[in-house]
Amino acid sequence: MSETVAPLLSLSHISLSFKGVKAVTDIGFDVAEGEICALIGPNGAGKSSLLNVINGVYQPQQGEIRFAGRARRAMQPHEAAVAGIARTFQNIALFKGMSVLDNILTGRNLASRSSWLEQAFRVGRAVADEEAQRAVAEEVIAFLRLQAWRHTPVGQLPYGLQKRVELGRALAARPRLLLLDEPMAGMNREEKREMSQFIREVNQVFGTTIVLIEHDIGVVMELSDHVVVLDYGRKIGDGEPEAVRALPEVIAAYLGQQRH
Amino acid sequence: MFYQESGQFSTRYRQDGRALRLWQQRAALWALLLLAFGLLPFIGNDYWFSAILIPFLVLSLAGLGLNLLTGYAGQLSLGSAAFMAVGAFASYKLQFLLPGLPLLLSFVAGGVVAAAVGVVFGLPSLRIKGFYLLVSTLAAQFFVEWLLTKFAWFSNGNESGVITAPPLLVAGHDFGSPAGRYLLTLSVVLPLFVLAANLVRSSLGRNWMAVRDMDTAAAVIGIPILRTKLLAFAISSFILGVAGSLWAFTYLGTVEPHGFDLSRSFQVLFIIILGGMGSILGNFLGAAFIVLLPIVLSILSGTLLSGVLPAGQLENLQKIIFGVLIILFLIKEPDGLARLWQGWRARARLWPLRF
Amino acid sequence: MSFFMEVLLGGLLAGVMYSLVAIGFVLIYKASGVFNFAQGSMVLFAALTFVSLLERGLPFWLSFVISLLSMLLLALLLERLVLRHLVNRPPITLFMATLGLSYVVEGVAQALWGAQVHGLDLGIEDTPLELGGLMLSRFDLFAAGSAGLLVLLLSLLFNKTRIGLSLRAVADDQLAALAVGIRLQRMWVLVWAVAGLVGLVAGLLWGARLGVQFSLSLIVLKALPVLIIGGFTSIGGAIVGGLIVGASEKLAEVYLGPLLSGGIENWFPYVLALLFLLLRPAGLFGERAIERV
Ligand SMILES: Nc1ncnc2c1ncn2[C@@H]1O[C@H](COP(=O)(O)OP(=O)(O)OP(=O)(O)O)[C@@H](O)[C@H]1O
Ligand SMILES: [Mg+2]
Repeated sequence: MSETVAPLLSLSHISLSFKGVKAVTDIGFDVAEGEICALIGPNGAGKSSLLNVINGVYQPQQGEIRFAGRARRAMQPHEAAVAGIARTFQNIALFKGMSVLDNILTGRNLASRSSWLEQAFRVGRAVADEEAQRAVAEEVIAFLRLQAWRHTPVGQLPYGLQKRVELGRALAARPRLLLLDEPMAGMNREEKREMSQFIREVNQVFGTTIVLIEHDIGVVMELSDHVVVLDYGRKIGDGEPEAVRALPEVIAAYLGQQRH
Repeated sequence: MFYQESGQFSTRYRQDGRALRLWQQRAALWALLLLAFGLLPFIGNDYWFSAILIPFLVLSLAGLGLNLLTGYAGQLSLGSAAFMAVGAFASYKLQFLLPGLPLLLSFVAGGVVAAAVGVVFGLPSLRIKGFYLLVSTLAAQFFVEWLLTKFAWFSNGNESGVITAPPLLVAGHDFGSPAGRYLLTLSVVLPLFVLAANLVRSSLGRNWMAVRDMDTAAAVIGIPILRTKLLAFAISSFILGVAGSLWAFTYLGTVEPHGFDLSRSFQVLFIIILGGMGSILGNFLGAAFIVLLPIVLSILSGTLLSGVLPAGQLENLQKIIFGVLIILFLIKEPDGLARLWQGWRARARLWPLRF
Repeated sequence: MSFFMEVLLGGLLAGVMYSLVAIGFVLIYKASGVFNFAQGSMVLFAALTFVSLLERGLPFWLSFVISLLSMLLLALLLERLVLRHLVNRPPITLFMATLGLSYVVEGVAQALWGAQVHGLDLGIEDTPLELGGLMLSRFDLFAAGSAGLLVLLLSLLFNKTRIGLSLRAVADDQLAALAVGIRLQRMWVLVWAVAGLVGLVAGLLWGARLGVQFSLSLIVLKALPVLIIGGFTSIGGAIVGGLIVGASEKLAEVYLGPLLSGGIENWFPYVLALLFLLLRPAGLFGERAIERV
């Protein structure tokens, strides 16, 4: 990736607080098109808050978000989705009452071209449109090897599979930028390996840019091209994985992090 | 990628998207339709039509209306009867103001007016959620009742507020007989059910359920929350409005605000709790239950307890049984009769293999 | 001006009675997270039991005690038969269960005691009383006084006793309360019984006004806008909300009613509550939290 190309995502001077509690303080960094960027840091460092700022779930008090060439004071969730940002959540946020297939199909909602009247009468574009969305969803299901659970209500799936379905819902939108909040939390070694594999494939096959939060340093080193370290809402490291790992501040911040 | 059974997609998705996936289901449906249209009108008696079938159909439709809003889109409402009242009065008033307006068109127009009113009372749903939304729908309930009783214009200057429904003429045919009213009701109710069944399987239906299950995540994947909620209010109120017209025109034979009081709203809510929230079939099951239970109870008490139970006590008993059933269902079968029915069917299908 | 003041004060006093119903509701919501639609039926049940006993010749205090015990029994049964089986269900399910409950309680109350209207005389004449040039209803003042006394007792119970401490812990954080060994189920019974007591007092005051009859259960519909304005979790909010609804309802009835040909008291509080909500979505005292994801 040459230096002259503008980054896909660029945050500058982002500050966010909740009733006086500072979650994020004056943070800025760039994410280049096509890279995997890892956000790391101890619990409560402000990692999730930052993802929420990027796709408009939280509105920062200060700063600017530039995505795909367009600068904004703050994102709105809908705006972010339209611009091509998709994400998963730290605490799984699936639609519990719906099947795996339907959850993944909701990821296609912005691509749907038929009106609700056409859908009610099953006329015009409605049927072909539904089939087109279904085909994309089916590709995602095959990619994530979820065929066996297509019609299972997601509430009945084990935790690891739910995480995979959530990734599927995000992938169905064919995003430009994928935000993953602890996609491997609570998984066993085998599940983690599988999930890393999926993430790498998404990045390589579809060229999707990825920002992910992860506590497992081993996984981070292996997977990411770029690491940003947060501590108490501030940025204390930013660069290539190996270089960042050697920074004294990062080592200091991570000494208390053995729990994870 | 090689798990895909390539080449079968377009036909399979279409079949997969169908409301009824098995040919047995479709055959049963055709048989039911034949029975409902071809046989019942000839063998049913007036009591069956007027006291059972017509209220059953209309209440199923009302249940459907509320179920789209509450069961699918997750917006709690205690104002169903208000939207029914708006539909009934609007189609009555429109028929009066535009003589020659076809009956069915006036039902649709009444539904459209109800939808508009529904949107107005649904607007607060953007800022307020959950139980707080009860206030908006209860405001609708009380405000509409008040409006229709206080202002004689709505009932054409009729002080009592009760007006006789006009004759039921469709394309020159009089559907005024009990069998005719039944057929008319059936022909309005069924198509609406088909449309709703299509809708809940479409992308709008999925958006509704997404908003119901987790609205933050829904917003994040780009579902327009306001539009989705307001469409739920509009479509739900449209259906309730048509149900209101049917209730007044084909069941009661009069148009009056008291047919649409708070207890009617509760009744519609109970239909979807008992029948199953988020189920299309459940509306029929719940409505059948609500219509049949009082009848069965009064027959039972007539034969078993004749003379023992005073008339007033029967009503109390009914109330207690309803209440207990509601609680029991919520505890044991929160997905309602529809789920029970699925369970029985699944067992019946496997039946010979069970041993 | 003095006419305005009279209307306002009359409204405020009536509002006290709304607050009373709302308080029972807040107690339950805080302790068990249940949006209790059956609060109105509980008021009806308590009042109906009380007058029926009184009419059968029991002395006032004995009727009161028996009614109170019947509310305790109701709370016990409720916890055993309903609440226990619905833990961890979505709030909407619990709410609907209380709808069913209200049917059961009303049905039982009327099956036991009949459906006719009972007069109730608490021995307070409803003659106007002149206070500083304003005519006020003696009964309303008495009602406000009793309500005030009850609220005082409740705050003593909550702030000065061990039970109160446990209750506050439960209201704050159910899991934490469980962890320190508080028995949740006993707390539920207690709080439903206390709500029953509040219901009994409310039922007597309302019943003395309107007669003890079925329509008493409908006062839950008056309490709802009160709750919305005051917030579901604040007793102070319930009191202030009641006063606001009472006062504005009376004022609207007197000044706005004639313009709209009357009868607006059914919907006015709701529209008021709706306006409040649009301005302050988390109620008068609540602060809006940003949802965590
Ligand atoms: N919606 C909210 N309301 C109030 N405070 C919040 C909210 N979201 C986050 N915070 C606070 O902001 C700070 C940063 O939280 P955040 O969830 O971003 O941390 P994190 O780095 O993701 O931690 P973890 O590794 O535990 O997920 C914390 O102090 C948290 O309590
Ligand atoms: Mg986090």
